[in-house]
Amino acid sequence: MSAREVILARIRSSLTDVPVGVAPERDVPVAWKYAQAVDVGDVLGSFAQRVADYKATVVRCAASEVPDEIAKALTTLGVRSVVVPTGLEESWKDAVTKAGAHVVVDSEEHRLSHKELNDTGAVLTAAAVGAAQTGTIVLDHSADQGRRALSLVPDVHVCIVRADQVVSGVPEAVARLKASVQAGQPLTWISGPSATSDIELSRVEGVHGPRTLYVIIAE
Amino acid sequence: MGTELERLTPAPPEGDLLDSPRFPQAAKTELANHQQRTNLRHATTTIRNKRARVVGELSNWQDLRDAGEAIKTRVGRHLDEYLLQFEENFTKAGGHVHWARDAEEANRIVVALVKDTGQEEIVKVKSMVTQEIDMNEALEAEGIAAWETDLAELIVQLGHDRPSHIVVPALHRNRSEVREIFLKEMGRYGTPPPDDLDDQPKNLAGAARVHLREKFMRAKTSTSGANFAIAETGSLVVVESEGNGRMCLTLPDTLISVVGIEKILPTFDDLEVFLQLLPRSSTGERMNPYTSVWTGTTDGDGPKNVHVVLVDNGRTNVLADPEGRAALRCIRCSACLNICPVYERVGGHAYGSVYPGPIGAILNPQLRGTDSEIDRSLPFASSLCGACNEVCPVKIPISDLLVHERHKVVEAKKKDPPHIPHTAEPQIMAAAAWVMDDHRHLELAGKGSELGSRVLGGLLGWKKIGPLPPPLSRWTDARDVPMLPEQTFRDWWKQNRETKK
Repeated sequence: MSAREVILARIRSSLTDVPVGVAPERDVPVAWKYAQAVDVGDVLGSFAQRVADYKATVVRCAASEVPDEIAKALTTLGVRSVVVPTGLEESWKDAVTKAGAHVVVDSEEHRLSHKELNDTGAVLTAAAVGAAQTGTIVLDHSADQGRRALSLVPDVHVCIVRADQVVSGVPEAVARLKASVQAGQPLTWISGPSATSDIELSRVEGVHGPRTLYVIIAE
Repeated sequence: MGTELERLTPAPPEGDLLDSPRFPQAAKTELANHQQRTNLRHATTTIRNKRARVVGELSNWQDLRDAGEAIKTRVGRHLDEYLLQFEENFTKAGGHVHWARDAEEANRIVVALVKDTGQEEIVKVKSMVTQEIDMNEALEAEGIAAWETDLAELIVQLGHDRPSHIVVPALHRNRSEVREIFLKEMGRYGTPPPDDLDDQPKNLAGAARVHLREKFMRAKTSTSGANFAIAETGSLVVVESEGNGRMCLTLPDTLISVVGIEKILPTFDDLEVFLQLLPRSSTGERMNPYTSVWTGTTDGDGPKNVHVVLVDNGRTNVLADPEGRAALRCIRCSACLNICPVYERVGGHAYGSVYPGPIGAILNPQLRGTDSEIDRSLPFASSLCGACNEVCPVKIPISDLLVHERHKVVEAKKKDPPHIPHTAEPQIMAAAAWVMDDHRHLELAGKGSELGSRVLGGLLGWKKIGPLPPPLSRWTDARDVPMLPEQTFRDWWKQNRETKK
């Protein structure tokens, strides 16, 4: 017998107390209402505050002001080169050039090497969902967010979240993300910059992921 | 020290975890480590206060716990169906599924997969199950270096040490110890720290960043565990803070995830329950900095070869006991460790396992059986105060299971007496029965203790009673017994109350 068969047989012989043929959902009902909104009051305001609680920089602006805010962010942070995914809005890409930084596009034809990513100052991406209660941003790695390594290797992540992407909490976020997962897309949930508390529980921002997270909320 | 460098990675402490002394003996040694006790008290107090604060923010916390309990109970009772569903969906998405009956088989699969890649080193995401099966040592024996990339695991690995906590494995070390470990060992295995490294956590983390980045950049193969495996979609989920996990999960060409068979969640929707329960219970955060979800392979993103090894290694033994089965609900948050007065004093090493604290005390004897002294002693490593029951996010009735496991150990002793020395309890209980039988006996015993106390305490200046001869040594080995009072309560009552009537 293969290991697979042995393990399955062990499981079945361990579960003699479980009635055969009863659907799991009927055998053990879960009294939980999924995908409910949670009460956070002002959703956008809470989102901005909770993201800032993690020591990320948060800016709120009108959608039309996003390019200016991107340029401002890159200048403030002193970034010289920025990697962008192919599907990012053109006016946002242009803002990088206007800020005097070099645009590096990661595309299917030209995948940046790990070293090239490591040598880039920042990454600029959109997002899929924001969750207010926990201050979480989720990337589903659609074309305007790029593959997972992009938002990981450069030391600065400038992330633009649209107001209509922000929901009250994790339950609504999970519901919104289901289609992406069913389509086989990976997810990256980000709550503040990379952090560790492994030495005497002192929180240190930035170990391996970006040390700086700069979030622009487009209203 | 020349022999050490014949290895590829720093050698762990000698000896097998299962050979650890039984808990009371180990506890005595660990209790004497004042530095560790100070570190532990600070750490557990901090985390449990943070936990209480963020749990208090959620008005529906108890409903969430009920949901977590029900979902995991459902998984346990229908594990075969869910595993097959996961296998089908993960495979459909381009991943490969392997099954391992035990630690040895799991390691054999991982070694073969790494050898197929032609690589002689891998980077690792911190994972409990790879520690449980001692995967690093199995790889080392085959000429493959496994590098821990979580900061705390790196400290443990470079320190030739063992983890002492599920979530913060280097909890027992303070900053100056970490600095010394980095200065002494980092340069032997890669990029050294700066010469002027001080003991600021920020600078220590910075040194680790540089040391590990070089390894991440060249890594072609990695291993991870998983916090959750979703049957409905065939997805794996890893919850972390630093981004070392994301590095391992996305940069290499080959990813091998080793996952215990109990890690299943039925549906993607169920994540909403566990992504609320886990971070708050574990580190006391509303959310951990990073969570990764992946389903097999994705074109143009992440590893091209993705494997999962589903590991039994005793989990079906746990499943076979309908009562003990509840322990399989554990999501490794470590809230029970952080609240436990016993863990807070003795630390994680005394439990002789990668799973310490209250959950370890019930899980290990079930996973490994009770053949070893350490596993027989673990169900007794508790005061049954019940604090762990209250904080467990999936409502494992830990103290009930401790009693249940104690019963099983005692039953096993009865069946197999020659191998197990007699315990003191029956003799002590017989003596106690005589004392309690008649009030004159009680008074006599009281006089005895009064006299004993005067003599011992007076002559020797003792404040505590030290080790007693057998059979009482069974108790005094694990406890400091206060010196007996110089006056019995009955005498005190006669003097102070009866005369005043």
